[in-house]
Amino acid sequence: MKPAAFDYVAPRTVDEALNALGDTRRDVRVLAGGQSLILEMHLQRIRPDLVVDINRVAGLDRLSVNDGTVEIGALVRHGVFESPQAVPGPLGRLFALAAVNIAHPPIRACGTMVGSLAWAHPASEWCAIALALDAAIEVRSTGGAREIAARDYFRGPFQTARARDELITSVRFPLPADGTGVGFMEHRRTHFCFAQVAVAAALSAQDGLISDARIGLVNCADRPIRAHAAEQVLIGREITVPAVGNRLPGGHPFARAGRIAADQDAAPLAEPYADPEYRRQVIAVLVGRTLRQAAEGVLQ
Amino acid sequence: MKITLTVNGDDYPLDVEPRRILADVLREDCRLTGTHLGCEHGVCGACTVLVDGKAVRSCLMLAVQCDGRSVRTVEGLAGPDGEPHPLQRAFSAEHALQCGFCTPGFLMVAAGALEADPTIGDDPERVHGLVESNICRCTGYEPIRRAIMRAAAESAFADPSGGGEEPAAGGRPEF
Ligand SMILES: Cc1cc2nc3c(=O)[nH]c(=O)nc-3n(C[C@H](O)[C@H](O)[C@H](O)COP(=O)(O)OP(=O)(O)OC[C@H]3O[C@@H](n4cnc5c(N)ncnc54)[C@H](O)[C@@H]3O)c2cc1C
Ligand code: FES
Ligand code: FES
Repeated sequence: MKPAAFDYVAPRTVDEALNALGDTRRDVRVLAGGQSLILEMHLQRIRPDLVVDINRVAGLDRLSVNDGTVEIGALVRHGVFESPQAVPGPLGRLFALAAVNIAHPPIRACGTMVGSLAWAHPASEWCAIALALDAAIEVRSTGGAREIAARDYFRGPFQTARARDELITSVRFPLPADGTGVGFMEHRRTHFCFAQVAVAAALSAQDGLISDARIGLVNCADRPIRAHAAEQVLIGREITVPAVGNRLPGGHPFARAGRIAADQDAAPLAEPYADPEYRRQVIAVLVGRTLRQAAEGVLQ
Repeated sequence: MKITLTVNGDDYPLDVEPRRILADVLREDCRLTGTHLGCEHGVCGACTVLVDGKAVRSCLMLAVQCDGRSVRTVEGLAGPDGEPHPLQRAFSAEHALQCGFCTPGFLMVAAGALEADPTIGDDPERVHGLVESNICRCTGYEPIRRAIMRAAAESAFADPSGGGEEPAAGGRPEF
């Protein structure tokens, strides 16, 4: 199918974009990378009245670091994050580990991190990281600006706390301290597929004991989630990893956290090719491996 | 909507509905049918073209988004005298096409990547990553990977004095 007819505007400033979005009687959609929106329009699952193309809005492509946070504008493309140097420290490493899992280079040249947060696909890699690292989503409308904490933002599959007339101008991440270890792992069928399970993790330790543990899970429930129960069992544990090539013993805190993430935190929905029981098994294994990868970063 | 696309260096003043995707406008309005449409889902890569030098899916881009931008399609690869592009020569030499349906997409994804960073051709892993972007249902990926590496080694993407053997088939590939 082809997209149904719609009106199109390409504003040059944020204010012009907000004015266009303010017409709430019509179905108005922001066009960023278009890598989800135009696909949905082809399938006519979305039939907007007006498309507001923000690609010519000045300033939205900015990526800036100040006061321990990194702010990523609405037009920063996925591909930028393939370089671990795009963002300083452990966060840059985590972004780079995740970015290569998102589709393939031509999609990553167009699609944006903020577009992924706006779309809120239950399997989106960026959504896992935004939750795990307490990102803040910056939105604006003609009525003013507000900030939505990632923990309050995801409301269901493709559902968020953003109001229809709000533009996400940027997302802000606090920069984790330098000694933080990060991990990202994903299981999917082919390169073109969304994740069957993806896990983002960050660990910090003091005097050899885990002081902070963050685990974000996607495609493990109807929306991106944080594995709070699994995180709890890690706090205060000794941070150790088995020698390279050795499996995690069943009683290892990372293996236990994996089991708890799968059984208590996750609520996988039925989907083709990967039923919930299978996905729980994958979650248990992947959470263990991702924590191990993060711990190796701490111990280096 | 009135727009101007610059395709392979030529200006095309067009009047297009916003709903029309770039691939359809290239094929139907510009009459450049080298760009193929397979899935229209961003998956197969047959529709890949360069927009301002970057490889993108022309099925997931509106033509109106490209107003004033520079588009390059497979028709823009050959030299002014019709001399095939080094990638086209290498695809022919390595038997990297059978039915040819996927070929324009592979050529453009490779052209975009090699022009941005000719060193990609030195690293089989990176070429592998590139080839994973698109789908070929008959030739198989290994000859395509070899062709991209051959073109990188033999052509002016990299060092023009780079040498290398002459491609086996020098003629114009049949697309
Ligand atoms: C073949 C293929 C494979 C893919 N695989 C993956 C994958 O593995 N993982 C993954 O995460 N994604 C994947 N994607 C989706 C891709 O990452 C998209 O780029 C992303 O989901 C949306 O970003 P976008 O910038 O393209 O947004 P668009 O498609 O432009 O917009 C998506 C939605 O968000 C809204 N929106 C966008 N930006 C804003 C904003 N600033 N403010 C308010 N609303 C906004 C739009 O109105 C629209 O409803 C894949 C896509 C394809 C085609
Ligand atoms: S037709 Fe565009 S990716 Fe398949
Ligand atoms: S040559 Fe036939 S699909 Fe690739």
